[in-house]
Amino acid sequence: MSADVILFFLFGGLAVLGALSLVLQRHPIHSALSLILVMAALAVLYLLLGAEFIAAIQIIVYAGAIMVLFVFVIMLLNAGEEERTDLSRVTRYLGLPVATALLVETGWLLYRAWPGDVGVVPDRLVGRTGAVGRMLFTEYVLPFELTSVVILIAILGAVVLAKKER
Amino acid sequence: MTDWVTNHPELVIAVVKIALLLFVLLTAIAYVVWFERKVIAHIQARWGPYRVGPHGLLQPLADGLKFLFKEDIVPANLSSRFLYLLAPFLAVSLALLAVAVIPFGPEFEVLGTPTGFWIADINIALLFVLGVTSLTVYSVALAGWSSNSKYPLLGALRSTAQMISYELALTLSVIGVLLLAGSLSLREIVEQQSGRLWGVLPNWYIFPQFVAFICFFISSIAETNRAPFDLAEAETELVAGFHTEYSSMKFAMFFLAEYAHIFTASFLATVLFFGGWRSPFPETPFWQWTQYFPAVAAALLGAYFVLDTFRHAHSALHRGLMTLIGMALLGAGAVLALVPPLLLLVQGPFWFIAKTVAFLFVFVWIRATLPRFRYDQLMAFGWKFLLPLAVLNIIVTSLALVWPVE
Repeated sequence: MSADVILFFLFGGLAVLGALSLVLQRHPIHSALSLILVMAALAVLYLLLGAEFIAAIQIIVYAGAIMVLFVFVIMLLNAGEEERTDLSRVTRYLGLPVATALLVETGWLLYRAWPGDVGVVPDRLVGRTGAVGRMLFTEYVLPFELTSVVILIAILGAVVLAKKER
Repeated sequence: MTDWVTNHPELVIAVVKIALLLFVLLTAIAYVVWFERKVIAHIQARWGPYRVGPHGLLQPLADGLKFLFKEDIVPANLSSRFLYLLAPFLAVSLALLAVAVIPFGPEFEVLGTPTGFWIADINIALLFVLGVTSLTVYSVALAGWSSNSKYPLLGALRSTAQMISYELALTLSVIGVLLLAGSLSLREIVEQQSGRLWGVLPNWYIFPQFVAFICFFISSIAETNRAPFDLAEAETELVAGFHTEYSSMKFAMFFLAEYAHIFTASFLATVLFFGGWRSPFPETPFWQWTQYFPAVAAALLGAYFVLDTFRHAHSALHRGLMTLIGMALLGAGAVLALVPPLLLLVQGPFWFIAKTVAFLFVFVWIRATLPRFRYDQLMAFGWKFLLPLAVLNIIVTSLALVWPVE
């Protein structure tokens, strides 16, 4: 096995473990920290695919900014441990069938792809910062600008809400 | 095993470099504490540490031993014991990780293998540093929260809010340099700063990006939670802020992390705005003699140390140690002056260290001079002044870059 494959399984496994821990932990802070672990593991997976810029942005934006806000809010509210309750009726009747369907679908995709598929061949040039920037401002300029407008609207909403509080 | 090692010389070199850098950096961090106490003392017309060793030079050693032998108290009613113990480790490891991509000098060869004065030269080095430093918020936040005590929590909340706010200004102020250099690799950014500006000044980004540098430096002081932005540990209000409940070595680790961050900030300022390892003098034959600066500096420092023993009635330990260090430095200066390849090799690191020390001095100077901000002033300053200024700098720089091409 090459180093790439070993690293993939190592960090893929870490991401899955983090995700499981995120759901199973009872304290919100521990859940938030598990999510950071998932983000970091994903960043390594991006690196393995040659997408260095995306990997760095993943860490800076998700782990370094968004999750900090999560942790900050949890700390500010001083939220305690969650209490286990009986599952809601929706989850009781729909949970298992939907989970099974998703698992079957994933299994089928894996089964279909397994023998012949060579997987993604990492393109060392596509993940470069310059390439990403060029794509964003030429091919995907409309979605990119629209996203920034959406974010701007969200900020305006936050400002309005904060004003009303007073 | 030996076959494998001889086939992968770069790995062996990397391990040696990591060990060497960690040793040098940790020693330097210990001595920057001494440096800070000395400089602040002299600014305030005091002597500072003077008892432990000549000029207090053994004070860091004594401090380290003291930290090591102090009782390690862990509070009983923590919110989370695991996170309480994790926080100081996170602080130190993240603080040291950022140094991995800093280029301290140009490329050189070891036994025929090309390498350089860095541990890793990656394409996204700058983003790496920003990413790693953005994660340090967690060590502060987790330490404050897990202590389950009011002062640490308040300190951590303050500190987190401050670090998030100033990180924006920090990141945006760097973009001006990125636009000029066209690369995220720190080595490439330094190499872009070669040559002359208007024939006289060195082509450092401090000159075209002066506004960005001001933004960068102020926000990096805020990022490192140093005075005048040290509201996270405002003694009069918060005891010691987020690390109130930590003692012994765990407190020392937070301390170490803070000083490692000061180093990282100084390194980054040197690399981004002051030409990194480049000499401020032109590379023409006329200025060739400036190559001897490292040798002269070592010899002068050595001579000062030796002469110092004659100044006052010192103890035997003082005399012996100072003479020893002075002679060693004089010898190093002589060797440098007589062995040209060695002199050429130390050019890069010498200028890099000289610039870094200048920044460290400014950090200390600011701490000794300015009073602490009020919290609302701090936030207003970051969001309403630094951030718009950094954005304006980006706009002006982009326009200036596009202007000549119609």
